[in-house]
Amino acid sequence: MSTTTPTAPAGTTRTSGARPRVPVATAVRTYLAVELRRSLRNRRSLIFSVVMPPVFFLIFGLQGDYADQSAGNGNVTAWIAVSMALYGAMVTATGGGASVSVERAQGWTRQLRLTPLRPTVYVVVKLAAAMALGAVSVAVTLAVAAATGAQMPVGAWILCALLAWVGSLVFAAFGLFMGYLLPAENVMQILGPVLALLSFGGGLFVPLGDGWWATVAQLFPTYGLAELVHAPLGGDLGVGAVVNVVAWAAIFSAGAAWRFRKDTARV
Amino acid sequence: MTSTTAPTPALSLRGLRKEFASPAGPVRAVDGVDLEIAPGEVVAFLGPNGAGKTSTIDMVLGLSAPTSGTVRVFGADPADAIAAGRVAAVMQTGGLLRDITVAETVALTAALFGSSGSPVPYLERAGIADLADRMVGTCSGGQQQRLRFAMALVSEPDLLLLDEPTTGMDVEGRREFWAAIRADAAAGRTVVFATHYLEEADTYADRVVLVSEGRVVADGSTTEVKSLASGRTVSARVDDDGERAAVAAQLRALPVVDAIDHRGSRLVVRTADSDDVARFLLTQTAARDLEVASDNLEDAFVALTTAATASPLDGATR
Repeated sequence: MSTTTPTAPAGTTRTSGARPRVPVATAVRTYLAVELRRSLRNRRSLIFSVVMPPVFFLIFGLQGDYADQSAGNGNVTAWIAVSMALYGAMVTATGGGASVSVERAQGWTRQLRLTPLRPTVYVVVKLAAAMALGAVSVAVTLAVAAATGAQMPVGAWILCALLAWVGSLVFAAFGLFMGYLLPAENVMQILGPVLALLSFGGGLFVPLGDGWWATVAQLFPTYGLAELVHAPLGGDLGVGAVVNVVAWAAIFSAGAAWRFRKDTARV
Repeated sequence: MTSTTAPTPALSLRGLRKEFASPAGPVRAVDGVDLEIAPGEVVAFLGPNGAGKTSTIDMVLGLSAPTSGTVRVFGADPADAIAAGRVAAVMQTGGLLRDITVAETVALTAALFGSSGSPVPYLERAGIADLADRMVGTCSGGQQQRLRFAMALVSEPDLLLLDEPTTGMDVEGRREFWAAIRADAAAGRTVVFATHYLEEADTYADRVVLVSEGRVVADGSTTEVKSLASGRTVSARVDDDGERAAVAAQLRALPVVDAIDHRGSRLVVRTADSDDVARFLLTQTAARDLEVASDNLEDAFVALTTAATASPLDGATR
């Protein structure tokens, strides 16, 4: 019946379980390289991450005499540059997180389950690639700002950049969570405007002033980060801002972990 | 290999069941499948859409857990077999990143299995070496399917599962795809493919497992299943309603009759022996205007997979 008789099955040379464990380093290195190449090829995400934040800065940060007005120990131009750097990092991190659900919709995560790669390693690789692009985004925005008149102490440049970059991890968790909740290939078309609204509402784009909105804004997930990244410019960092960052980080991470676990469970 | 005399089966399913929740109550997609596939066999898992083929394959791959029953792949749990690279699959759709190249896809898949070698040998075996630098999103359906095949090869699996691998391919693409699979299976790989193309099962499998409504309804060599599936249709006219009912009842009692259909004043009889039925109709009844037609394989296949009754071949060959 069979042209390929079972006398020499392909499996005879292998004893099950005796395989060396898959070197995770090879997998992670190659995967990360592929992800970085994908980011560079994706014109759309490059525009949102690396072009728009510095352009926004050029539009909003150089108005009137902003360069001559001081904001803490820098000028207003620097204050706005830091806002836009955080915005760019946030958009990039959110996109990175949300791309997990996009790839899930495309069946890629299912394909990965047919390989030894652990789902957590996959998510870490995706977020690491997004963070790499986020670093580029922050660097470009701040470089453009430095070249066009933003001024603040050297220490503040470095600290602001680091805070914007690391702080955007909160939004990586946000993107991951939202992506699982709104599983659509174009989830970023929803999350993009949402991020813009959150940025306005949380005081990242415009000062909150002293009205009732300043109180409401403290509940926005962007509020704490906005306060935090501007802290190196001087001024007092309220306890509320820190609580805000920690709370939203916890909410988004827990939500993402919950959906992730549900998604990777065998049903 | 174990120390027992029989080699460990490539695939062993025991009392496999899978139920899904639905608004109308649980739906049983797989309803008690027992199946053993020896190393080196090329087996077609043949059945209409909704027969439970994909649900079964998902359980073999460890993508879903059985409601009850067991799956062993080379004696191991599916998840372990996947991690060890002993089983790989070519899925029907999806599972590709559109914005990387064909070569990058295969190199990445290889890296995930811990190999940092060149993807070219796998591309060659799948017959897509000339597409190495093309973006996956710009490849045709057939080319993407051969890419999935190349990806499945990187772990050098002992068992390869193909889920409706040629759906949506043109004739040429289908032939090229199967040429690549067949060339590879000749090296002794166990191949199990789900299909609803009878012709595909006939041409490429050594053994056909016919499934319907979550059960195995026939299991045998392609020749055996083909002979089972090849019947004839005898139709004849009986004008009087009462007479027709009586004739139908008599026909039903004949052992060679598989099924009877009423079409207006005609009785349509599916049978393995058209001579017997025709002789009976013309000599013992008032039937007239008799026609005998050869079933095509599709008809027979439909008859086999829609009739819930077990066929004579059921379980006979294993």
